[in-house]
Amino acid sequence: MSTEQKRATPSRPALSPKRREQNRREFIRTSILGVGVLGATLAGLLPLAGQANARLRPPGAIKDRLQEQEFLAACIKCGQCVQVCPVEAIRLADLTDGVGIGTPYIQARDQACDFSCDGLQCVLACPTGALTHDINYPGQARMGLARLARPESCLAVRGQGFKGQARGADFPGLLRYEAVNRWLPIPVADHPYDLELCDLCLRQCPIEIRLAQCAAGAPPSGDVNQCPPRPAIRLDKLAGGGALPVVLDGCVGCGVCEMICPVEPAAIVIDIDRVADAAQVG
Amino acid sequence: MNYMIESLRQLLGLDPSKPGPDDRRQAVVTLMTEKRREKLTREMLHAAEAGRALAADRHKWRNRRWATLITLNLLFVVSYFFDVQLLEGALTASRFVGFHLADLNSALQVMLAYEHIVLNLVIGTVTVFIIWLLLGGRTFCSWVCPYHLLAEWAEKLHLWLAKRKWARDIKFHRGGRTVFYVFFILLTLVSGYTLFETLSPTGILSRALIYGPGLALVWVLALLLFEVFVSRRAWCRYVCPIGVTYGLVGVLSPVRVQYRVQDCHHEGDCRAICLVPHVLDVTIRGRARDLTTDMGADCTRCGLCVDICPTNSLSFKVKGLDKVL
Repeated sequence: MSTEQKRATPSRPALSPKRREQNRREFIRTSILGVGVLGATLAGLLPLAGQANARLRPPGAIKDRLQEQEFLAACIKCGQCVQVCPVEAIRLADLTDGVGIGTPYIQARDQACDFSCDGLQCVLACPTGALTHDINYPGQARMGLARLARPESCLAVRGQGFKGQARGADFPGLLRYEAVNRWLPIPVADHPYDLELCDLCLRQCPIEIRLAQCAAGAPPSGDVNQCPPRPAIRLDKLAGGGALPVVLDGCVGCGVCEMICPVEPAAIVIDIDRVADAAQVG
Repeated sequence: MNYMIESLRQLLGLDPSKPGPDDRRQAVVTLMTEKRREKLTREMLHAAEAGRALAADRHKWRNRRWATLITLNLLFVVSYFFDVQLLEGALTASRFVGFHLADLNSALQVMLAYEHIVLNLVIGTVTVFIIWLLLGGRTFCSWVCPYHLLAEWAEKLHLWLAKRKWARDIKFHRGGRTVFYVFFILLTLVSGYTLFETLSPTGILSRALIYGPGLALVWVLALLLFEVFVSRRAWCRYVCPIGVTYGLVGVLSPVRVQYRVQDCHHEGDCRAICLVPHVLDVTIRGRARDLTTDMGADCTRCGLCVDICPTNSLSFKVKGLDKVL
């Protein structure tokens, strides 16, 4: 087709100078919009720089220490894990987490994961494998690692007992006390303690509870696979009547010790950048 | 085949093609000559419009659509709030009585960023693909997306303000959305992060409804303000990749809005109300190639044009259904 013929085609008339100017302006406007969209998109990566979005993740989250790229990529941000958790330990991150928006995390001090679902419901609920289905039992989880961050304030180290509600009357956090109700977690505030020497971190540790059940020949759900392979925490007697909590390599980082610790701030906390045995991290 | 090509052209941002002198069917040429003979006066036009404005079913499709959109989104909320496990999750991914569903655009991002696909995600994605293949692609936008409803209300405010010159309507090139779409795909692939999800008002609103409000709503509010004061329906028209993803599915879908040129007054009420008015360019006098034309895949099947048309020239139809029945 020659140029004259092209011009003669009515569906493609030559553009008037005015129209061409309009098109030019529209192109510039659209380019500005594009820069805006691109900027907003890349801004989502900013929180990663300062690891502002590093958080305690639910059991089975695919991550290696603070390297969360795979987890953030695989998570479809639907919150199905939130919906199945019996103690409502899981929350969803906000816009401040950038690309981590809508991803699940656990604020252990407020509400830890106490594995009272036994079956890792959040892992089962995950539609994308961001919470990897490679783990089947609580003892296999590697969320983080407990650490006695403030031994000087630890009641056990100081040789003190504990009497009353572990976190006060207004604390809304839940735990499952098998002696009270095997199926329904209850508020920690409804379960006061009277201890000669505070051992709450050991006493409420879901791994230690399971080990004790297994030792007594009654594993959870009657399933021996539920028995954790190794202990998670122990109290070493100190001269002068106190005891030192020692975190062991069976610790899964669930955060119950941090949640139940009655002193403020908690003497024992979860480090999210460490796990008991790195080999088992997904 | 022509429908699909024209559909894709419009979806990707090109102007609808105009018929050449020999492109129109003889029947249409004859009809248009006849129509020109019956002079349509301004009074007749206004009378037809006024009649439609008073009709009992003038909001039929809008009401059905709003009811559907609100019900679906509330189903998520109710399901979680009362723990009835009917529709668990959010719009990005969910389970309907235990059966997996995954939003196509969210699933696409996860697949691109994570590069592993678990079976549950395949099940969810294929199911949702089939649903929208049957129901018409961008039908998701106007019948399900919670942002669409807010934007629709914001649009009313925009039009009210614009009439008084208190708001502008800056137009962008619709092809920008296609460029952004490629952007999002490449950036997601390269960075390994689901970058669009951070900006998605659909995901943000769905999660806010179900799990409670958060700071992210400020972003949604900013988008709405932009649409009210700067550019009408800008997010859905010029940016959102969810619309493109569902639009691509809609190219193959049999559910369409059909235009019949016969009684059309060509007054353009439909184009004035439409989210994607370019799909209705065929209603401009002289654009129709055939007696009936199906709207392309960029159409969200919202039904506003069907509701407003004073001559019943636009209607929903399912391609091939008349042959089956």
